[in-house]
Amino acid sequence: MKYLEEFRDPELAQSILNRIQKTVTRPWTIMEVCGGQTHSIVRNGIDQLLPEQVELIHGPGCPVCVTGLETIDRAIHIAGQSNVMFTSFGDMLRVPGSESDLFRTRSSGADVRIVYSPLDAVQLARENPDRQVVFFAVGFETTAPNAAMAVWKAKQEGLHNFSLLVSHVLVPPAIEALVSDEDNRIQAFLLAGHVCAVAGFQEYEALAERYEVPMVVTGFEPVDILEGILEAGILIESGAAAVTNRYARVVRREGNPRARQLLAEVFEVCDRQWRGIGVIPQSGYRLRPEFRSYDAEQLFAVDTLTARESSLCISGQILQGKKKPPECPAFGRECTPQKPLGATMVSSEGACTAYYAGHRYRSIARS
Amino acid sequence: MCLAIPGRLLEIMKENGLLMGRLDYSGTTHTACLEYVPEAQVGQYVVVHAGFGISVIDEDEAAKTLAIWQEYSESLERGELDTPQTDAEPEQ
Amino acid sequence: MPVTDTEVLPGVEPDVTEGVNTAMKPEDISCPLPIGEHDTVQLSHGSGGRMTQDLVSRLFLWAFDNHHLNRRDDAALLDVARGKLAFSTDTFVVDPIFFPGGSIGDLAVNGTVNDLCCHGGIPRYLSAGFVLEEGLLLTELKSVVVAMKRAAEAARVSIVCGDTKVVNRGKGDKIFVNTSGLATIEHPYRIGADQLRPGDRILINGTIGDHGVAILSCRQGLSFQTPIESDTAPLCDLVQAVLSQVGEGLHAMRDATRGGVAATLNELAASSDVGIQLQSDALPVAPAVRGACELLGLDPLYVANEGKMLFVVTPEVAAIALNALRAHPQGVNAAIIGEVVAESSGMVSVRMPLGTSRIVDMPVGEQLPRIC
Repeated sequence: MKYLEEFRDPELAQSILNRIQKTVTRPWTIMEVCGGQTHSIVRNGIDQLLPEQVELIHGPGCPVCVTGLETIDRAIHIAGQSNVMFTSFGDMLRVPGSESDLFRTRSSGADVRIVYSPLDAVQLARENPDRQVVFFAVGFETTAPNAAMAVWKAKQEGLHNFSLLVSHVLVPPAIEALVSDEDNRIQAFLLAGHVCAVAGFQEYEALAERYEVPMVVTGFEPVDILEGILEAGILIESGAAAVTNRYARVVRREGNPRARQLLAEVFEVCDRQWRGIGVIPQSGYRLRPEFRSYDAEQLFAVDTLTARESSLCISGQILQGKKKPPECPAFGRECTPQKPLGATMVSSEGACTAYYAGHRYRSIARS
Repeated sequence: MCLAIPGRLLEIMKENGLLMGRLDYSGTTHTACLEYVPEAQVGQYVVVHAGFGISVIDEDEAAKTLAIWQEYSESLERGELDTPQTDAEPEQ
Repeated sequence: MPVTDTEVLPGVEPDVTEGVNTAMKPEDISCPLPIGEHDTVQLSHGSGGRMTQDLVSRLFLWAFDNHHLNRRDDAALLDVARGKLAFSTDTFVVDPIFFPGGSIGDLAVNGTVNDLCCHGGIPRYLSAGFVLEEGLLLTELKSVVVAMKRAAEAARVSIVCGDTKVVNRGKGDKIFVNTSGLATIEHPYRIGADQLRPGDRILINGTIGDHGVAILSCRQGLSFQTPIESDTAPLCDLVQAVLSQVGEGLHAMRDATRGGVAATLNELAASSDVGIQLQSDALPVAPAVRGACELLGLDPLYVANEGKMLFVVTPEVAAIALNALRAHPQGVNAAIIGEVVAESSGMVSVRMPLGTSRIVDMPVGEQLPRIC
């Protein structure tokens, strides 16, 4: 597939590794923010190929992992209402709530459907006027404009049986929360390429300058990730706190202006609870007042739910890069992909799933 | 996050009042919303995420990246020590 | 038109099936299904009375026509040569029941036939049990049964006994089919999941993930179109072709179905307590399947198949086995995809293009499309 497979070429990847080897003179501690990048790194074994001095920390860029526990519980509660058709991306179906998950809710008879695009959910609302169609709007700035278009269209068409359960989150506040932490070890960030394709990367420049941490807009294929790592390393070595773009075939500095415009029309920024981390101020999106009649949290009574996280789960520390999955006492024992305790073991790009799929967990299980 | 894949734009049409496009992924096709990339033309590659085009691939930039590393790879094979530098200048 | 000893009721018009995804030949349209009074399955079709008899005679006996079935005994009396028999069963619940490349009927026959082949058996007889949901269109039932008839003919098996029950509307998903089957073992070799040995090569007869992608393309809400069809097929001839060439060099076979090649290889590795190392570049994947998997975030190793057999052979005969596969119409895209290793017993891993390996675990439930 064009513009995909060429960036998986092992020879090109080897060249960049060679260059990294020649460039590194001191430890590099780099965080890749995006779960999709984590997935690619572990799948391709990139971390195994890097020189010892290069340490990759997997960041909280997995909207599945960071969706608040109470939001999952709300989703399950809404899905269980008769007459509701609950639509969601496939990613969310196995994320554990306090008691259950959407997959099991479906098994109990709830109408839970996987869609690929939020517009598919709008179509379902058109086709089923007597049902309440709810779309679970999760994801970063990449996905929020899609949900924005869906609800904008529903309003334009006067559909009154469509609503969003919103849990969108923003990347820059999360990065700020990480770099401003007094225990922060991260020397450079690989920025999420597709988030930047939509939102641009201007707003990271102030962060980079204030905290003196370089940031590199990075793609997802092995060549892209290695380029990002090399660039981050060069900036670390030179002490330059710059924001550079190593995914220029997809990302422009201003991002996608049309997407950003509709985003601003439909959503406003709010505080958001990040699962395992806590509330990060101004790090989420919610529907603007003009669209509140499309807000599932308003339409369905969900305030009385209390969320209960597993006491064993340390997802939050994993997401912040403070611990690695094998350091969790439950990893590979009480917590496995078959019976996950937290979201980082459910999501295919959660750090715990990624580690489980690698060689590392085997030695832990034997010890 | 944000699984997004480049597909080749085969045709452009309107559906329910929205600009849509049919894209090809090695024989499998998919219809995505092009409202955020109205400049996309048939034959171009569009990066699609969750049913929406978010960016048109800059083919020159793609070629540039591949060329740099291809050249480096060949230099390595020839045993040359002088290698092309990557562009470490911050973008303005 | 097959001859049966059941009479066609007067006044029954020829039935024409419309709008279902099976290839119908002209001779099929004269099947004497009762129409006019009912065009859907009724509870009384399963009650053992007149309507059951009508359904059995006019549909099942007409379609599966053989002297065992036509005797209408409680059990089929079968003559088999002395020696071992292979016996297998499988139940089919696929939704949708019609999909590109086939139907639940094809799966019901081919699935059990292929299970029987895994020990090098020659499938001979099948039973067919049906649980029908009240309200199922008789035309749809007929299409499924005709598909089974065709599939049985292609596999050269006879469906010699069967049963039909009907459940209330809402208690069954249109149609569930169970088939059990008998095969004769006519070779002297030990072929089984516990026979893998370090050094053995692993082959597959063609591209992976076709069936799963074909099924997904029918699902509402995923909005993609693909030319990919299910690969459902009986593999008994293919198996015999390989067996005749490599003999005792064939250690194990298993058809890859739900959970993809990943699930099947994990089962084999566990049964023999060995490791399996795959080569990612060697896995045959049709371009359109690759495209669909990239789009939906799926790994082809975990996507379902219905016409793929994994062969585990000694290294000495690997090339012969590969040639035998490629010479067969069902094996043109055959490939050697990996080997059995002594270390990491019970685990399957895949060597990626960059030279690193990752573990291919047993799948956790159905693979779901993702956007992250």
